Amino acid sequence: MTNENAVEVTNLTKHFNSLVAVDNISFEVKNGELFGFLGPNGAGKTTTIRMLTGVIKPDGGTASIFGYDVVKEGLKSRQLMGIVPEMSNAYVDLSAWNNLMLVGGLYGVNKSQRTERATSLLKKFDLYERRNQLVKGFSKGMKQKLLLCMALISEPQILFLDEPTSGLDVESQRLIKDIIREFNANGTTVFLTTHNMEEANQLCDRIAIINRGKIAEIDSPEKVRQQSCGLQTIEISFDKPVAAEDLLSLPGVNGANKMGDKFRLCVDETNAAIDALVDYTRSKKLNIISLNTLAPSLEDVFLQLVKES
Amino acid sequence: MGNSISSDQLKRSFFIVEKNVRIYYSKGPVIIFGLLMPFFLFLSFYIGRDMPIETLIPGLLGMTAFFTATSTGPAIVPWEARAKTLERLISSPISLKTIFLGDVISSFLFGILISVFPVIASLLIGVEIAYPLILVFGVVLSTYCFASFSILLSAYPPTDNPSTIMMLSSMIKFPLVFISGIFIPIEELPFWGKTISSISPLTYFTDMAKYSIQGSSYYPIEVNIMVLIAFTITFLVVAIKIHEHTIQKRL
Repeated sequence: MTNENAVEVTNLTKHFNSLVAVDNISFEVKNGELFGFLGPNGAGKTTTIRMLTGVIKPDGGTASIFGYDVVKEGLKSRQLMGIVPEMSNAYVDLSAWNNLMLVGGLYGVNKSQRTERATSLLKKFDLYERRNQLVKGFSKGMKQKLLLCMALISEPQILFLDEPTSGLDVESQRLIKDIIREFNANGTTVFLTTHNMEEANQLCDRIAIINRGKIAEIDSPEKVRQQSCGLQTIEISFDKPVAAEDLLSLPGVNGANKMGDKFRLCVDETNAAIDALVDYTRSKKLNIISLNTLAPSLEDVFLQLVKES
Repeated sequence: MGNSISSDQLKRSFFIVEKNVRIYYSKGPVIIFGLLMPFFLFLSFYIGRDMPIETLIPGLLGMTAFFTATSTGPAIVPWEARAKTLERLISSPISLKTIFLGDVISSFLFGILISVFPVIASLLIGVEIAYPLILVFGVVLSTYCFASFSILLSAYPPTDNPSTIMMLSSMIKFPLVFISGIFIPIEELPFWGKTISSISPLTYFTDMAKYSIQGSSYYPIEVNIMVLIAFTITFLVVAIKIHEHTIQKRL
């Protein structure tokens, strides 16, 4: 498979009666990328992932997985995927082992490979000793680990993970994140939906922020943070008293709050604001005692983008 | 279904069969209910009547094959829709036809397994079977036909409530038993009764079973076979078409 893009989405749209759940969105996910799809509850994340995985049909637009149209070539596109859905959908009346054998069989994995991979995955996720137990007796964390095993048994080229660590304890979250990183490092493309900003920041090469069915921003987590207007902050202190009004009059400075012997300035763009501050100190014959740039957290940016959209 | 499904998809449908057998058909209550239901219906008709057992066995066989092959199949799709496992199957690299072929095969195997019991019981009580091969062929063909009927029963309405489907399918299945020549031979029905009985696939199996045990039937044996094949194809095609239209409403 030589496609540069693992996922290509063009003008994808989905309505539920009068509600536009996904509104004409377009984006690409590169082969081998770990891509985060972020948004608040009800933003359209799960609807998008369900269209990409062939569960529901789009009302408009197209989507393809490694060049295969998800509607017209559904069998081929789905053959390349491993899916961990938002809600657990392992068969609770089957054992962990039989769930893996079923999913492996549905993906056309032969018996010896199914057995070998199931054994290896269950050991990796610390479920091997419980392999013959019915899934109805599993905890939420164990079910989530099993879902990941089921997604990985076909050795997919792309993993779709819908809120994979939601509601899990810290240890399980860390294990799942480590394994996502491991498979991504080995070449598996990962499409991850989450509303956990820290998780996206730790894991993703690029993120898209979706709200009310529209993409509000798409870039690397660091660039998304830097590009956010009005959320860049500079902390500065001078050797002599300065009036807040003087700082507010500088170009690009939107706010100036005195905090002890320092000012916290809200600026549009950090570099331009620092240039203006240096010019100001020279003209007033001041010395800068300290200057720190404070980037906004991804969460700040997320909230701002969601608010704006 | 057969022409448009690849050998690879056919192979994958057997994993659906295995799953269905493990989850739905290997449960004690399902097996016992599959045996008891036709048996008690048979007893309620037989007790107090002075009729030779040979005339009643075709009806018992018909009811057993019909009730067992349609016992669990209609509820599988709503069950799986409710448990969200239907979503897993839909997002797997298998077609809708593959999923339903698996459901049909599992209903068929269950129907065959349970139908063996009344055949053995008949032999044990001394019933002579005039044409055993036709009986075996009839059981296989009609059980596949009834198994196909079971996925049609689950097609509409697109609910995720198994009890709704079970209630609706009972409303269709029970009247069919009474118009299919089981309790009253077709030749004794009035013209309108014969007309109504001709729309039931069970009529043709009961007639085939009657032929294979008693050596005589109302319809020629070839007609019974052709009609059962036609019913099977119709059930499969119509069921798949309806499911294709309604499956999204279940997800």
